[in-house]
Amino acid sequence: MQPTVSQSAAPDYDIGKLSIVKPRHYGRWLAAAAILAILLFIVKAFADGQIAWRVVGQFFTAPAILSGLVNTIAMTVCAMALGITLGVIFAVMAMSPNPVLRGTAVLYIWFFRGTPLILQLLLWFNLALVFPRIGIPDVFSIRTVELITPFVATLLGLGINQGAYTAEVVRSGILSVDSGQTEAASAIGMTRLTALRRIVMPQAMRVIIPPVGNEVISMVKLTSIASVIQYSEILRNAQTIYYANNYVIELLFVAAIWYLAVVTVLSIGQHFLERHFGRGQRKTASAQKTGALT
Amino acid sequence: MTGAAPMLVARNLTKQFGSFTALQDVSLDISPGEVLCIIGPSGSGKSTFLRCLNQLERLDGGAVWIDGELIGYRRVGDKLHPLSDAEVARQRLATGMVFQRFNLFQHMTALQNIVEGPITVQKRPRAEVMAEALALLDRVGLADKRDAYPAQLSGGQQQRVAIARALAMKPKLMLFDEPTSALDPELVGEVLAVMRGLAGSGMTMIVVTHELGFAREVGHRVVFMDRGAVVEAGSPQQILSNPQQARTRDFITAVLN
Repeated sequence: MQPTVSQSAAPDYDIGKLSIVKPRHYGRWLAAAAILAILLFIVKAFADGQIAWRVVGQFFTAPAILSGLVNTIAMTVCAMALGITLGVIFAVMAMSPNPVLRGTAVLYIWFFRGTPLILQLLLWFNLALVFPRIGIPDVFSIRTVELITPFVATLLGLGINQGAYTAEVVRSGILSVDSGQTEAASAIGMTRLTALRRIVMPQAMRVIIPPVGNEVISMVKLTSIASVIQYSEILRNAQTIYYANNYVIELLFVAAIWYLAVVTVLSIGQHFLERHFGRGQRKTASAQKTGALT
Repeated sequence: MTGAAPMLVARNLTKQFGSFTALQDVSLDISPGEVLCIIGPSGSGKSTFLRCLNQLERLDGGAVWIDGELIGYRRVGDKLHPLSDAEVARQRLATGMVFQRFNLFQHMTALQNIVEGPITVQKRPRAEVMAEALALLDRVGLADKRDAYPAQLSGGQQQRVAIARALAMKPKLMLFDEPTSALDPELVGEVLAVMRGLAGSGMTMIVVTHELGFAREVGHRVVFMDRGAVVEAGSPQQILSNPQQARTRDFITAVLN
């Protein structure tokens, strides 16, 4: 510590009487102005363009659109339920000490991840070409075309395909749980399956929920490809209407708005699910959250 | 301690991990009410021995009997049939285990951790289990933490909950696998105090530990293991103050300094 010669006055260490100037954030104002201008341009373009907004409003709650919406939601729920069920079963099989079960799971995941979804849908829908009748010989049988309706074909196609993806998600979730948890469960006398159900899966959910939530949202939109096998979901019904009245863009807008609405509701639901399965981690989770905000 | 039938008999236990021999011909008996402390350098096979007793590891050779029941196999004539997952789970009810890293169920509160086994595994009535669990929490000094999640507890508190969780199953024998090794030094005392109380109540305990003070004060017998084998066993006085083997002497000197 040697005294500085050039400094005439001692530095002022008391800053209590000074005030802090608020940062101006010019960049934010500039960006906001630019984006607002672009938005206004787009809105004006669509307002001047040849879109009959009246038709959008008119068909927004048309019975065909609403029934399509119900079918879309019903298919999303059923296909995801099937997909998650299969996903959990095959994930557990893939991690089983039994080599036969393990091999079966690997084969399932390999096949259904390895072929295009639309091809699988067409295969299910045309199953009657291979098996005209399905059932138990001499006991009961049914004509395949009666059993494999567009709904059933779509459900099998989407659900079984989804299962292959969900199996991998569930497997990574199970792997994320510390092996000490399984050992502690064994030590209090739990069997492998009880430990999985009571201890491992609830903790794996924290890792599984975000990607599965993502997949539910994908599924809402994926149901639209079932229009190729005549399942009357919302997009197919919108198409049927515009084939008749030629308001193509208007009806596509109607469908788009409904998809957005459903996805928005699902995103909110996902948020609450994640919070529920994050319990026990909440202290650290909220600490991270505030840390990220500051 | 002599006279009574042994609570646990381990004969010629052998365990390999690949080419590494973790246990070589280890034989030990423990009587009801006895507190056996196992000491030794890391990698000496102490933890493996403990984990073999409740079948977290499968033995490559030798056998264990708890209260006269052969562990892991059913003997039919001259043949040994490996037990099913469910039968192994039932046998594990005889032992309670406390882990170095606590391993509390992270998604459950302290109370839920304790009642999980009695309710889910033993299918005992909920009200009765709850009352016992609250008494156990009180016994380990954590009555006010019943609704805390493990992440909200200190290491010492977590380990005390883990002891309560093991006790809730009413085991005949408690296994402690370095229960204080993962703790900050100032938290070791509270866990040892709970274990001292447990020993005082007559519980049969096998404790793998580096706490020589605890072994001397609470242990009835001390076993020194090295390189997968029992080097020396005897009273705490004999082993800790007057070891006969050079390896035991070296280890104790190293720990005390």
